[in-house]
Amino acid sequence: MIKSIVATNRPPIYGIVAEFLTPAELVSAAHAARHAGFRRMDAYTPFPIEELTHALGMRHTRLPWIVLAGGVIGFLGGYFLQYFASVVAYPLNIGGRPFHSWPAFIPVTFECTILGAALAAVLGMLGLNGLPMPYHPLFNLPRFAMATRNRFFLCIEATDPKFDREKTRQFLAAMNPREVSEVPH
Amino acid sequence: MSSSETRDNVPAGDRSESPLGTTATPVIGPGHTFASITDKISAIVLTRPTTRRWWIGFSIAFMLMMMLFFTISALLVVGVGLWGINVPVGWGFDIVNFVWWIGIGHAGTLISAILLLLRQKWRTSINRFAEAMTIFAVMCAGLFPIMHMGRPWFAYWLTPYPNTMGLWPQFRSPLVWDVFAVSTYALVSLLFWYIGLIPDFGTLRDRSTTRVGRVIYGVLSMGWRGSAMHWHRHEVASLLLAGIATPLVVSVHTIVSFDFAVGIVPGWHATIFPPYFVAGAVYAGFAMVLTLTIPVRAIYGLEDFITSRHLENMAKVMLVTGLVVAYGYMVEMFMAWYSGNLYEHYMIKNRFFGPYRLMYWALLTCNVVAPQFVWLKKVRSSPAALWCVAMFVNVGMWLERYVIVVVSLSRDFMPSSWGRYSGTIFDWSFYIGTIGLFLTLLYLFIRFMPMISIFEMHTLLPDAQVPETKESESTGEVSHD
Repeated sequence: MIKSIVATNRPPIYGIVAEFLTPAELVSAAHAARHAGFRRMDAYTPFPIEELTHALGMRHTRLPWIVLAGGVIGFLGGYFLQYFASVVAYPLNIGGRPFHSWPAFIPVTFECTILGAALAAVLGMLGLNGLPMPYHPLFNLPRFAMATRNRFFLCIEATDPKFDREKTRQFLAAMNPREVSEVPH
Repeated sequence: MSSSETRDNVPAGDRSESPLGTTATPVIGPGHTFASITDKISAIVLTRPTTRRWWIGFSIAFMLMMMLFFTISALLVVGVGLWGINVPVGWGFDIVNFVWWIGIGHAGTLISAILLLLRQKWRTSINRFAEAMTIFAVMCAGLFPIMHMGRPWFAYWLTPYPNTMGLWPQFRSPLVWDVFAVSTYALVSLLFWYIGLIPDFGTLRDRSTTRVGRVIYGVLSMGWRGSAMHWHRHEVASLLLAGIATPLVVSVHTIVSFDFAVGIVPGWHATIFPPYFVAGAVYAGFAMVLTLTIPVRAIYGLEDFITSRHLENMAKVMLVTGLVVAYGYMVEMFMAWYSGNLYEHYMIKNRFFGPYRLMYWALLTCNVVAPQFVWLKKVRSSPAALWCVAMFVNVGMWLERYVIVVVSLSRDFMPSSWGRYSGTIFDWSFYIGTIGLFLTLLYLFIRFMPMISIFEMHTLLPDAQVPETKESESTGEVSHD
């Protein structure tokens, strides 16, 4: 029963995808699509294309803040771990030297900062990207395997308010793509 | 499907943007397209048959690795008495090899992180390989101090955790710093490597013709689909990782040098040690990258991707760091004289004329004389000659660590406590065994993973650049620089 509710709620297709031969064609198609008012769309390419993020109107990622937070947590965690071990839990009096000998704590604090930031960068990137994601509707398209080789895809999703199965298809077909296809769920 | 390819990409030709590459030699051979790069690199993993040469090389490496496992088993049964270490030389082969392997790893991080930040495009085709080398070298390095503990099953005591013994590590000791530095380094290198591999695993998943390949590479790729937003975050994450890996790599060998420099043993207690060790590490690392890439590019026909310009640039980095190392030797000698310290003075004399003099002279020949040939254009442009120079450096850097560890420990302050050291057969089998482990992993890497970054190679093609468009939206997007 739940299955039928889900089935009725979601649109019959995921979206319509156009396949291009060059990055330049894809970027200009993305520009045109955004100009035409489409908002829920994404491009798929075999390598990063800086202009696409502009063309698709994507916001800058907040990943750097996550990395900063990871670094700060690593820094504080590393320092207070050493403070706790050397001052509170296991103080060793060696020639009357201070327990809180902070200069000796710097190397480990530094390494912990790096570790925290690096873990935040990797896990943050994967988390924000929603990876790992074993299934995605685009994988239903046999030609989508070329997206990791030499083809450039623009997908306008069916959830876009301006999406219309026929009109969107015609719109994309006018961009001189190699092929336009519907993406089933 | 490639038959439907209608438009060819313009050959990469002679675009040389790198300030290092004053020569016109390109970083990628002419006539390549997005498709040809993908197919050529993924074919090594997916379709090319495993050659007889691969099997022979792999078998030899595998047998050496078995020797390593035998040595470790013997060590666990009998104890570190199998090794040549004793009073006064308590740090023998194990520390020599530890520093040697860690140093080799550093070139990988330098190539993948520092050259990425400096936007050196020539690094693209060698970074994946060098990163793999880093990880395998750090794995080999880590074995030595762990086995040196005598009771390696208690290695976890090095980590700070609340325990019933009420003990905590001594955080004022460089040896504990080293645990944190090396384990952080290993983990960050692994993450950096894996992040770069995700899109290429996606390519292999899509190119794989077998179900097993699709499943394994599919799992490894985490469902990567090349979305523009994903690429954007991937780029930001890579740059940030490069930014934090750069100080990390410097810190690791600095802390390794603290293991020595904080001690008062003559020949160790020197402020030149951190920069001298870091330069030595990069020197050894680039020599190892040359040692490995020269045969690999010949065997797999990758001259289009790893061009003579790559070899030449690596040789130049090797030469520069070699000169820094030579400067380090000079400062050691100068300080021994200038300090007026009897023990420091004797240490240098002992190096030149003592019982280990042959090693010291060999070290000077390998590390100071041999790289000078790289000044000659003829040597730089000949892979065979470069390979020979790199082998000299590999040996020389091992001898350097041997001289630092053994010569200083064997004759420190009191002549009555002097002694001699030499490695036993178990020392040698352990050392050669780790070379087997390293090569085994490298053979498996070449066979099962893309050894050149496919997506980064794509960006080197002129077609990957998108010409400036007139209509640029200005709805508050921030450009990422």
